[in-house]
Amino acid sequence: MAGASTSLAAKAGAGRAVGPRVIRNPWWVRVAFMTVAFIFVIGFLLLPLAAVFTEALRKGVGAFFAAFTDSDALSAIKLTLTTAAIAVPANLVFGVAASWCIAKFEFRGKSILITLIDLPFAVSPVISGLIYVLVFGAQGWYGRYLDAESPMLPWLQQWLIAQDFRIIFAVPGIVLASIFVTFPFVARELIPLMQAQGTDEEYAALTLGASGWQTFWRVTVPNIKWGLFYGVILCNARAMGEFGAVSVVSGHIRGVTNTMPLHVEILYNEYNFVAAFAVSALLALLALVTLVLKSLIEWQHQRVRPEKTSA
Amino acid sequence: MSQVSPLIPRFRRRVLPGFGLSLGFTLSYLGLIVLIPLTAAFLRTAGMSWEEFVAAVASPRVVAAYKLSFGVSLLAALVNAFFGFILAWVLVRYTFPGRRIMDALVDLPFALPTAVAGIALSAIYAKNGWLGGLLEPIWAGGVGKLANLVPWVDWKALLGDKLAFDRPGVFIALTFIGLPFVVRTLQPVLAELQPELEEAAATLGANRWQTMTRVILPELFPAIITGFALAFARALGEYGSVVFIAGNQPQHSEIVPLLIITKLEQYDYRGATAIACVMLVASFVLLLLINLLQKWSRRYHQI
Repeated sequence: MAGASTSLAAKAGAGRAVGPRVIRNPWWVRVAFMTVAFIFVIGFLLLPLAAVFTEALRKGVGAFFAAFTDSDALSAIKLTLTTAAIAVPANLVFGVAASWCIAKFEFRGKSILITLIDLPFAVSPVISGLIYVLVFGAQGWYGRYLDAESPMLPWLQQWLIAQDFRIIFAVPGIVLASIFVTFPFVARELIPLMQAQGTDEEYAALTLGASGWQTFWRVTVPNIKWGLFYGVILCNARAMGEFGAVSVVSGHIRGVTNTMPLHVEILYNEYNFVAAFAVSALLALLALVTLVLKSLIEWQHQRVRPEKTSA
Repeated sequence: MSQVSPLIPRFRRRVLPGFGLSLGFTLSYLGLIVLIPLTAAFLRTAGMSWEEFVAAVASPRVVAAYKLSFGVSLLAALVNAFFGFILAWVLVRYTFPGRRIMDALVDLPFALPTAVAGIALSAIYAKNGWLGGLLEPIWAGGVGKLANLVPWVDWKALLGDKLAFDRPGVFIALTFIGLPFVVRTLQPVLAELQPELEEAAATLGANRWQTMTRVILPELFPAIITGFALAFARALGEYGSVVFIAGNQPQHSEIVPLLIITKLEQYDYRGATAIACVMLVASFVLLLLINLLQKWSRRYHQI
């Protein structure tokens, strides 16, 4: 995308419309379009971003950094990092496996599989959390298993009770919900890319005597590494920033099951605005780094954006 | 779209290793993380009697939330379709300083955590906020004038008289999070649009307005609709950004996802699940529609 428009742009001077005169809009249309676009981008995108940093620094740098000395804030940061450190690699492995079988092989039901992979994007974050509560909550299958009189695998039940192993209102639930909402990111980045690349290079490698894993690591992975990186940074941004799904399964136990976005909510509801915006500023910084990396990949590799944008 | 080289005979097409392993892993992971938990939600509702289900999803508070969620999501998606078209046009057709920054910024709603977006938007559009102090009196005045002009509609209940912490807040948040969808579906289509089409129209005597409405817009229509549907689907389920700016008054500015959480906090698991099921069905229908639209737009594009 960026590539196509840049090459068009190169032909025209700055501030000018592209193309021969006959297919240009009148100047007042151009001015109107530019004005509307700028007002929209400033009002909806630039101002919120600026507001986060301004509000965070409202009472000075000292108050800003004081927000991070709080032990609850530190444990929220730690939990967010832990969650992303599990969710992102899990979905990375899944994304590679799914795109390998979808892009390199023909089989029946492939288009259904692709639709099912996209399914978590269609589900509201709140509902993503809810379904895990229904499965793993006290009244769900997992809860009933722990309460059962004569369960399957009694030793497992004993062990789980002895460990007091909880999923909902505990860290495993948060990780599961984060995996669910970031499920399609890597896969949907890789599938179109690997489909476009085809299988010829892998066949060549196999013909030359490479083993399956050698082919994968030395031929496929170098070919998809940028798409992979692209999917991973988007997946990571969402995993660290997810609010709705995590909010349902977390139980909001301070210092134990609060991620950074949940910590922001608590601070905000306590009218501790400077601290809320300070933690938000850290998350906004993460979003900005994500956007910069994403744009760098797009500009350098001038990759064509897949038709379906990531959600 | 065949991924198999024509040189490879059909019977040898699985010469690459790892099909069983990757498909097996994909299906088990998909099943464990997505399909089994989703089925659980439907099974839970199946355990309810019909009367219970209707009572859970048709109470006035729930119906009000459905109306608000669907209505405002639709409105926000429409607004995004309009401004998204202009934004995509400006980004593809014009060059100006800061174009690349603007292009990168369009993805901000994808990258910014929704809770952060919520508190940032309310900091701007609240009464004591950056724009709220300026815009809120204008909005309240406009609603008041409408109430005088057309007194038989309760405009204050319909439109609210504040920006943040009222119905307009829901609209602002949903417009923000749906913003990238139309732009990003439209950009590649607009970039690939042949200038020859427009030149031909001009040669045949069409003026610029006719070329825009009869040549360009029909060509872009499938992409606009797809982006609209994606933005609508996303807005329906959105929670994080809305709760901070909506005010969340029951039967007035309470969205469906918030109602589900409220029910859960009251340990009304059945009520929450029933409401969720209706939303799930709605989003699956939308997903199906989006897939069909994309197939249609691709076919439309290849001819």
